[in-house]
Amino acid sequence: MNALPAVDRNALLARLREILPADGLIEDQESQRPFECDGLSLYRELPIAVALPDTVEQIQAILRCCHSLQVPVVARGSGTGLCAGAMPHPEGLLLGLSKLNRIIEIDAQARSARVQPGVTNLAISQAAAPHGLYYGPDPSSQIACSIGGNVAENSGGVHCLKYGLTTHNLLAVDMLTVEGDKITLGGAGLDSPGYDLLALITGSEGLLGIVTEVTVKLLPQPELARVVMAGFGSVRAAGDAVGAVIAAGIIPAGLEMMDALAISAAEDFANAGYPRDAQALLLCELDGTEQEVEQHIAAVREIFTDHGATSIRVSADEAERALLWQGRKSAFPAVGRLSPDYYCMDGTIPRSQVAHVLEEIARLSAQYGLRCANVFHAGDGNLHPLIMFDGGCPDEIARAEKFGADILELSVAVGGCITGEHGVGVEKLAQMQSQFSEAELHQLEDIKQAFDPGLTLNPGKGIPILKRCQEYRSLPGRHGHG
Amino acid sequence: MDMADRTEALREAVAAACADASPLYIRGGDSKRKLIGRDCEATPLDIGGHSGIIDYQPDELVLSARAGTPLVALADALAEYGQTLPFEPPQLQGSATLGGTLACNLSGPARPWLGSIRDAVLGVQLINGRAQTLDFGGKVMKNVAGYDVSRLQAGALGTLGVITAVHCKVLPLPAATLTLAYDMPAAAAISTMCTRALESRPLTGACWLEGRLYLRLAGAENAVRHTASLWGGEQVDDSIWAQLRELQHPLFEGGEPLWRLSCAPNTPHIAQLTRAIDWGGAVRWLQGDVRTLNLPAGAHLTLFQGGDRSSEVRGRLDPVQQQLQRRIKQAFDPAGIFNPGRLYSWI
Ligand SMILES: Cc1cc2nc3c(=O)[nH]c(=O)nc-3n(C[C@H](O)[C@H](O)[C@H](O)COP(=O)(O)OP(=O)(O)OC[C@H]3O[C@@H](n4cnc5c(N)ncnc54)[C@H](O)[C@@H]3O)c2cc1C
Ligand SMILES: Cc1cc2nc3c(=O)[nH]c(=O)nc-3n(C[C@H](O)[C@H](O)[C@H](O)COP(=O)(O)OP(=O)(O)OC[C@H]3O[C@@H](n4cnc5c(N)ncnc54)[C@H](O)[C@@H]3O)c2cc1C
Repeated sequence: MNALPAVDRNALLARLREILPADGLIEDQESQRPFECDGLSLYRELPIAVALPDTVEQIQAILRCCHSLQVPVVARGSGTGLCAGAMPHPEGLLLGLSKLNRIIEIDAQARSARVQPGVTNLAISQAAAPHGLYYGPDPSSQIACSIGGNVAENSGGVHCLKYGLTTHNLLAVDMLTVEGDKITLGGAGLDSPGYDLLALITGSEGLLGIVTEVTVKLLPQPELARVVMAGFGSVRAAGDAVGAVIAAGIIPAGLEMMDALAISAAEDFANAGYPRDAQALLLCELDGTEQEVEQHIAAVREIFTDHGATSIRVSADEAERALLWQGRKSAFPAVGRLSPDYYCMDGTIPRSQVAHVLEEIARLSAQYGLRCANVFHAGDGNLHPLIMFDGGCPDEIARAEKFGADILELSVAVGGCITGEHGVGVEKLAQMQSQFSEAELHQLEDIKQAFDPGLTLNPGKGIPILKRCQEYRSLPGRHGHG
Repeated sequence: MDMADRTEALREAVAAACADASPLYIRGGDSKRKLIGRDCEATPLDIGGHSGIIDYQPDELVLSARAGTPLVALADALAEYGQTLPFEPPQLQGSATLGGTLACNLSGPARPWLGSIRDAVLGVQLINGRAQTLDFGGKVMKNVAGYDVSRLQAGALGTLGVITAVHCKVLPLPAATLTLAYDMPAAAAISTMCTRALESRPLTGACWLEGRLYLRLAGAENAVRHTASLWGGEQVDDSIWAQLRELQHPLFEGGEPLWRLSCAPNTPHIAQLTRAIDWGGAVRWLQGDVRTLNLPAGAHLTLFQGGDRSSEVRGRLDPVQQQLQRRIKQAFDPAGIFNPGRLYSWI
């Protein structure tokens, strides 16, 4: 695929040494190991070098240098991504942004925070807390993942049905183009002057530019939040109960479902008091003013009862609420204890299809001989099947990948999509062709080329490179492809 | 309602325009021709006949409709299930369409709390400048496959293609709504808006007009009542919000050019020029010698209505952004046939 000119490694390293302090450049392979993959360790690669700049000026100089040498640049935040989006390019530079971890300003009256890209998601809410504010999107990885990575993946969390994804919670982003030019997208207000490039950059997986500063919206901390936990005898009953809550005009702050395998794994791990006999578990969080929460709790309790809940428990205080969430939030590591490795999928489906999709997944699980636990952001239809396998066994890896691919195609077939929040990266490139037609993929490529005509930003990720583009790349000076 | 799928006819019209590079002006209900954008001289392409709800699943909170569907028709269908388009788009006497609403990204007073159509849109179908009918996004709440082409349409004023269908998120209608009013000068109103917005209360509107601050509470019945009892003020009817939303307040009358400043909500009051404040302080409606205004950091200024609509009506972009925006336009519409000059003279 690679039509880029052979990289002159020595020339690149010589120039990078001028830009970066000694501890900001990692040249030897052993020290590069921690950067060879993101959270999806099935895919690994070592770069020419890892750069760890501590100023925006250094990033700018790095980009200019790589641009002039046509060297691929792969951005990396905290490396918690689950699609190999931050996996290095073997002939490129890995640009780590973790040292840019300063909260620049919190403007409480404007309900906004201006931060550097390497700041962790949780650190923003912690810094906002003294003002009674917090940052809405809360991926389960929030202690580690960076806001720059959140922007690049348009990350969600358990609260996004009510409070939105990253894209709904941004005001502005400072970005460096592949040429190293700085631009600001968005602004202090809510309108944008021309095309909404902030929307385009959000979720663009480091393919369109390098995010160097982010201004996020902050929300007032709710006066009260309580969670209702309910067990159900079947996934179908739980799914219907979710639909009934929404139809009753209630938008819960979080609405999560787990299947039997996920329930018992989480209970073994967290001892949260989950009902082990249930086939499906719902966690429904309601927040707002005290009056609102009490009214909605009563309504939800009644709906769950009407839909045949086998057990119902409502958190009485903050400690109990945290405990009930603890099981869900540790579902990934909990499943991790059941198996040497697990593979987390991320399809989104219309909620009405959940029972059908879970039945199909159970069938595929038997077919591939691999166990699969299901965790589901039920409010917004985002399903995380966790396929268990043994990474030491090549045959199991192959079966896990095939099983995963089948789940993604199933998601598309029922009217959903291949990724709700984890991104395409390397992992889902093949399934992009089940999601999009060739003309649609060409349109996406044209957007890529508008930002990055030389295709050096995170090449080989996100959007499959079609044949047309390779020809275009290998014939310099030829325009009007298509 | 005329319920017809004219996607293929629209695509053919675009193909014909492509073939002889003749520009098109995309027309929904034409309600906003003299608003928001610059004047645009080109052969009209009417979307109006391409209408109808494609799918509506109340308990999925998702609605899909053809771009020419009038907003009133959507509002009626949604109200049957106690739901609504949360971004409060102007219906403009019934003529505003879903496609035109997305293209303009117009939204009502609830914008800071409930978002705009940019926030609600989940997917679009679009005819690009190569006369290809393309689908991006989808009918599910979360979708990060590919770039977010759907949101890119919001505010693009139809310069990137003909939107033929829109999938968007809907929300339940609030159980109760109540408006509080306070006599107060603008500076105090701005500070009150910002302070109230820090509280966890069902606030969904905050505006200042003619010496009065208005706050709107909407949500669960008891939460609205309780907040009203804490916040005091005079309880008035809710008509001010509809007047702002529908651009029917006297503010929008008379021929004088009306400017809209999008800024941080706590931006200090701009005396002399300010006619009204909305979006909890994040929008200032200005009149007078506005072009000489020293813009607050990060603010954007637009000539919303009236004035010279053959010059630029939006703020200047730096050269890097201008070039990027031009390349985005070319990526969708290489021959430049859609709404030439409507957004900027150079797009
Ligand atoms: C246990 C666990 C739980 C998770 N839970 C969730 C969840 O609930 N919801 C969710 O959405 N995700 C979740 N994730 C996925 C992951 O945490 C998110 O995708 C997160 O946003 C990645 O951030 P990061 O800083 O680790 O980015 P990285 O993994 O370092 O990078 C991710 C992508 O962003 C690009 N990138 C990073 N920084 C920049 C920048 N400054 N400019 C441009 N591009 C950049 C990279 O090139 C790469 O393509 C989870 C992951 C784990 C391991
Ligand atoms: C009886 C009657 C009375 C009326 N009275 C008034 C009145 O008092 N005031 C008034 O303003 N109007 C009035 N109108 C006009 C009416 O408001 C418009 O027909 C209607 O509002 C349509 O506007 P729109 O929202 O669809 O957007 P339009 O105004 O058609 O378009 C807005 C912008 O969006 C673009 N666009 C529209 N649709 C698409 C699409 N599908 N894809 C891409 N781009 C698109 C356009 O090119 C344009 O740039 C009246 C009409 C009738 C029939």
